[in-house]
Amino acid sequence: MADLASHPDEVKVVSRRFGLGAAALDRYLELDGYKAVQKALQQGPEWIVSEMKASNLRGRGGAGFPTGMKWSFVPKESPKPKYVLCNGDESEPGTCKDRLILEHDPHAVIEGAMIAALAVGAKTAFIYIRGEYRYLVDILRRSLDAAYARGFAGKNVFGSGVDLDVRWHTGAGAYEVGEESALMESLEGKRGIPRIRPPFPAVVGLWGGPTVINNVETLAAVPHIILGGGEWFAKLGTPKNGGTRLFCLSGHVERPGVYELPLGYNLKKMIDEVGGGVWKGRQLKAVVPGGSSTPLLKPDEIDLAMDFDTLMKAGTFLGSGGVVVLDERTCMVKFAQRVMHFYQHESCGWCIPCREGTDWLKKTLDRFHAGGGVRRDIDNVLYLSENMLGRTFCPLGDAAAMPTISIVKKWREEFEAHLEGRPCPYEEHGAAVSQLPVLA
Amino acid sequence: MMPVSPQLDDFFAEKMKQYPTQRSFLVPMLLYTQDELGYLSADAIAYLATKVDVSELEVRNVISYYSMLTTKPRGRYHVQVCTNISCMLRGAEEVFEHCKQRLGIGHKQTTPDRQFSLEEVECIGACSWAPAMQVNYDFHENLTREKVDAVLGQYRAQANG
Repeated sequence: MADLASHPDEVKVVSRRFGLGAAALDRYLELDGYKAVQKALQQGPEWIVSEMKASNLRGRGGAGFPTGMKWSFVPKESPKPKYVLCNGDESEPGTCKDRLILEHDPHAVIEGAMIAALAVGAKTAFIYIRGEYRYLVDILRRSLDAAYARGFAGKNVFGSGVDLDVRWHTGAGAYEVGEESALMESLEGKRGIPRIRPPFPAVVGLWGGPTVINNVETLAAVPHIILGGGEWFAKLGTPKNGGTRLFCLSGHVERPGVYELPLGYNLKKMIDEVGGGVWKGRQLKAVVPGGSSTPLLKPDEIDLAMDFDTLMKAGTFLGSGGVVVLDERTCMVKFAQRVMHFYQHESCGWCIPCREGTDWLKKTLDRFHAGGGVRRDIDNVLYLSENMLGRTFCPLGDAAAMPTISIVKKWREEFEAHLEGRPCPYEEHGAAVSQLPVLA
Repeated sequence: MMPVSPQLDDFFAEKMKQYPTQRSFLVPMLLYTQDELGYLSADAIAYLATKVDVSELEVRNVISYYSMLTTKPRGRYHVQVCTNISCMLRGAEEVFEHCKQRLGIGHKQTTPDRQFSLEEVECIGACSWAPAMQVNYDFHENLTREKVDAVLGQYRAQANG
């Protein structure tokens, strides 16, 4: 059970029920639970979609696609059953927010999935949780049993005449499955190999039926939008970036934790005030703004409003909400090496640029960090990354390339400091990246 | 003889009804079978292949994709140390080294008494509470050397008890 953090600047919407025991159905009901789905049943699909569009909620998984628009792409009539699929395969390094939502407020995710299903005319929603999060699968199963027992899910929900099933599902260890088409393959009992698009899931998704796929945090926000109104939610954030989001602060900050802040909150302030600044009184070297896939920022680049559009203008992405802070003693070559180890491990091998690209990059960075680098390796790392970018079947290749390109371009001098057989300068000075505190 | 318990078999049969195709629940079935048996034995693979009506080769094909699934027995307590970025920045490599020394085994190895196995794993979603590890499905976070010793000691006591 992960610890909860808090800060006065937080605006608690999705995290409103954290720590209040809302995983228990009765407690959830006391805290306005299942009121939104009843309102949605009365108001109907068109009203739901228009509120969602007004809310400016954008997908919290990483891509930031407007949720209301995504729902509106689902055809009204379909010969095949339609589905809602909740993506709880949270695996982007630096991201640990969906875990808290599923632990503290599982019914909000169920309710959000039900509202999504009502909006698009689906009769079944699946909530897919990564295999490592077994305790959350257990919490979700108990929550679903309780909801079914009260007639909130299943046949004739809330006496409305509408049948709506919500099911749980679990993975078994694969980052790639967080990609929406691979997620559907996994749910169909296969290897998580991504599908070619078009057709997009909204038209041809699970078992060939139109499918809406939303992240856990996205769906958890939905009941609040339905009750509070789209306009209210939109105003919490910045134009076109409605609401709040859970930012996962990690790495070299004094107070790591998951904090719910309005979209548009300043990144520098987030690190200095919410996170308590760089740990041990050290200087900042770099920030990963939205999970390991996003290009890194230098200390003079972080005076930024944390919303999707501002970060894109700054050459990076808001991504999954994983803000990772690196202090002055961090070796950027080593950081790039660890990131590439991850993507090489997770590449499904289906398409060649990603499979070969991540493997060569990993081998080159391993040798380079160990002191066996030659000058042309530096440009070669860039060349390999840039050739992977945009040339892979799914975004995993891009996710490996983007941070690597930013590290080489912004911290090239650190690569040069490793040349000519010299050992890593950060480890040589006895300031290894990792220093375990001796006492708790 | 069915390789899994009747309870698990019933659970699978019930759950499979919720999907439009027979193989859809395969990935969770593999994981729950492994939880019961400790690994995915040849018998278990044959049983699941029949159950979802695909070839054994296809089941193995699925198994090989997912990092949590294994066809080789592991320790009773599977220690999984995350060394991905957020954990690495807060000392995960030392946690992993410390576990290696304490357990006397390396990455993907099992102790001779079959009680412990060790694995360096990718992000487990404990970034804000780093460094972290999982022992089976239990999370242990904000690790220090002392905390790792206490955690391992606790499992060792369970193993001996």
